[in-house]
Amino acid sequence: MIYRESGQFKKTYHADQAILPLRQDQIFVLGAILFAFLVVPFVASNYAMNSLLLPFLIYSLAAIGLNLLVGYCGQISLGTGGFMAVGAFAAWNLALRTELPMPVIFILAGLITAGTGVLFGLPALRIKGFYLAVTTLAAQFFLIWLLQRPWFNNYSPTGVISAPSINMFGWQVDSVTDRYYLALIILVIMALLAKNIVRSSTGRKWMAIRDMDVAAEIIGIRPMATKLKAFAVSSFFIGIAGILWAFLYLGQLEAEAFNIYTSFDVLFMIIIGGLGSILGCFLGAAFVVLVPIFLNVVPSWLGLPLGTAMISYIEIFIFGSLIIFFLIVEPHGMARLWSIIKQKLRLWPFPY
Amino acid sequence: MAAQAADVSSRARTSEVILKVEDVELAFGGVRALRGVGFEIRRGEIFSIIGPNGAGKSSMLNCINGFYHPTSGTITYKGQPRKRMRPYVTASQGVARTFQNIALFKGMSTLDNIMTGRHLKTKATLLENAFWFGRARKEEMEHRRFCEEIIDFLNLQHVRKTPVGTLPYGLQKRVELGRALAAEPELLLLDEPMAGMNLEEKQDMARFVLDVNDEFGMTICLIEHDMGVVMDLSDRIVVLDHGEKIGEGTPDEVSKDPKVIEAYLGVQEEGDA
Amino acid sequence: MAFFIEVLVGGLLAGIMYSLVALGFVLIFKASGVFNFAQAAMVLFAAMFIAGMYGDWGVPFWIAIPATIVLMIGVAWGIERVVLRPLVNQEPIIMFMSTIGIFFALIGIAEIFWGSRSRTLDVGIPSDPIFVGDMLFQMYDLITAGIVAVLVVLLVIFSQKTRMGRVLRAVADDHQAAQSVGIKLNTVWVVVWSISGVVAVVAGIVWGGALGVQPVMVDVAFKALPVLLLGGLTSIPGAIIAGLIIGAGEALAEVYLGPIIGGGIDNWFAYIIAMAFMVWRPEGLFGEKIIERI
Repeated sequence: MIYRESGQFKKTYHADQAILPLRQDQIFVLGAILFAFLVVPFVASNYAMNSLLLPFLIYSLAAIGLNLLVGYCGQISLGTGGFMAVGAFAAWNLALRTELPMPVIFILAGLITAGTGVLFGLPALRIKGFYLAVTTLAAQFFLIWLLQRPWFNNYSPTGVISAPSINMFGWQVDSVTDRYYLALIILVIMALLAKNIVRSSTGRKWMAIRDMDVAAEIIGIRPMATKLKAFAVSSFFIGIAGILWAFLYLGQLEAEAFNIYTSFDVLFMIIIGGLGSILGCFLGAAFVVLVPIFLNVVPSWLGLPLGTAMISYIEIFIFGSLIIFFLIVEPHGMARLWSIIKQKLRLWPFPY
Repeated sequence: MAAQAADVSSRARTSEVILKVEDVELAFGGVRALRGVGFEIRRGEIFSIIGPNGAGKSSMLNCINGFYHPTSGTITYKGQPRKRMRPYVTASQGVARTFQNIALFKGMSTLDNIMTGRHLKTKATLLENAFWFGRARKEEMEHRRFCEEIIDFLNLQHVRKTPVGTLPYGLQKRVELGRALAAEPELLLLDEPMAGMNLEEKQDMARFVLDVNDEFGMTICLIEHDMGVVMDLSDRIVVLDHGEKIGEGTPDEVSKDPKVIEAYLGVQEEGDA
Repeated sequence: MAFFIEVLVGGLLAGIMYSLVALGFVLIFKASGVFNFAQAAMVLFAAMFIAGMYGDWGVPFWIAIPATIVLMIGVAWGIERVVLRPLVNQEPIIMFMSTIGIFFALIGIAEIFWGSRSRTLDVGIPSDPIFVGDMLFQMYDLITAGIVAVLVVLLVIFSQKTRMGRVLRAVADDHQAAQSVGIKLNTVWVVVWSISGVVAVVAGIVWGGALGVQPVMVDVAFKALPVLLLGGLTSIPGAIIAGLIIGAGEALAEVYLGPIIGGGIDNWFAYIIAMAFMVWRPEGLFGEKIIERI
């Protein structure tokens, strides 16, 4: 009976419509945020921050963006990598060619990505389901090709360019701790915005389109505006994630770093984490970041003499198998498992 | 709202025509689903469209709310004739409907479904929603209050937060009615609201339909198979058969019309399913 | 003009190879409604096993190819058992995601066996250039076209003349009706995934011969996706014709447009063509028209 809602009466609709109506959830989320801010940076090693926590935070943000589109609005997209690249390159070029302060550059680059998203979302007005998924591949391949044109990397001979230094309101973001904090702050704010959107009338319209678009139109929802809005918001989130990926994690830009496998990775995160769940984005991102690392260390624990190449092959195989395994065990993702656990905790220690 | 309802109610069953259908033809390839159908729906009445299976009843509703576009003929709503109007425009003019095969948003809760039906009344922009300030916050509470009234009216309190996909059929039908009511439409199209229900559920639903008409003052256009229900509820009836209008009038008149009787008996002879 | 025709024909013949991969997609989509993303991986898988058995183990082709076909049937059986059966009646997107899982699993297995180095695969298809007037064509491409034609004829005969073919058509038409007259869906799935596996073997041989066998092959095989879309997901003639259109368009664009806007157009050209076409005609060239009902 740890997780118990009895005794928590909602006296106003306002309290009932809160982001987290239950006290236990509020404590849990607040605790997690405080832990991330106050404890993690002081206990985690530089390696962990750089190669575990940063990718986890940034992937979570990208996953939230994609989940808004796929999980909430029901439009499958395989173009995530391309949109991340647009965000990163837009920010880089804005930093190179203008004198704008960094926060403004971030927002502008996000908006440019949103515009690109709308452009490639236009076919969604006529096309649905798998057809749409494949046409979003057009975004993936075309955008990566476009961003490899010399103008976008300022005629760099190698095509690989280094990220500019980031100054946020006078805060010079250099050390790994700084980068961790910046990613964390942006993620927390944007996750909150996402949560607000999905509980509002906008979110309900998206879900209506997802669940039955014909009926949604008949009750007065404009399919075109609604879908394009989803594409815009989703791309904005993904664009910001792209900037963070290039500026904070890689420290350099290369269009090829955002190839189709990036798109797949983010799609896995939301499927494994749970479509239509913000919490699921975090779970899915953690999964996708941790599994390769786990697979890397397990052979040496077991003392298996495997070459690095062989390990990477086995990794690919196990990764694919795990996806299948997860889909079979819980097609609704880890977020559903979590809610089942909560159900159990409501009654624990009693069986019913 | 009570005052408004009373106001409309006093106008009820007047002769003001809210929807006029003239000579509507609808063809899919070679199949002529509607052949020159015409009738008028007056403000405040309960108007029924009846006819055997395949008579074109649902097609008629689909034409009225813009899901299909008539091949020829005109539909005039509130004095405005219209051509090729998208369903969402029709909805914004005050036409709501329910569906023969339930068309709810299955992944959403009862409350969210009804709140979605209310969206035409929301004005908050995306940014307001994202930051949860200004109109977003205020509207959400107002609409929640209104939707709770609908939930009370339809006795759906106990399933407020249940995903509708898991509800029994009869309740889903009621949620669908709730979603249509949330838009506060002037004209409510009900496509077989009682199909597949047992007697008790039918009585409940009939009660709701009458209450909606009386208390909310909505004009109702009803398609229904159960003759008893239609005869009890309707002010006027139009009868379709094979896409053609074969009769029109009050329940009494229609039930005595030899052409109507023939159409129905004919169907029954072929096998009363 | 001669140059134009040369490019065009070259493109058309390259397009046939796309068709070959798309064909496998169509077969599975028709019979099971599953959008099989793993088709490209099946092509790579087959090609790697043939090339690997021949190159590393010295197995002659006349054994390696039938052995790989048997292997593909085994893969089909495994997929039905392990993936499709537990997921039956799940939403299409879940099935789709599971085929992405299959995609990675198959590539992983192939690499565990054969590593990721590039291999040549020469089963003896002659690749001499031939001249028609002053135009240059590749013998290899022409023979490929012939092989595809034979394959399609065999598929048509199979579907029209055999009992299993009739069953497949029935299932493609209406799953539930087919089940209600006693057709076992599980068997049908194994059969249709096996056929796709065989098509993948043919595609693997042809692709591998032209480009060499290496994991990057998968990326090229992705191009079958826009072909598929353009043709309509359920149409075999659609897959063939769309392959030709895309192949020809791509070749012409690379030659005539490439110098103007920069090389590498073939990375995205097919997708943009498919996307533009879909906006105009969402069901593709030969797909069934989607009628919305409520």
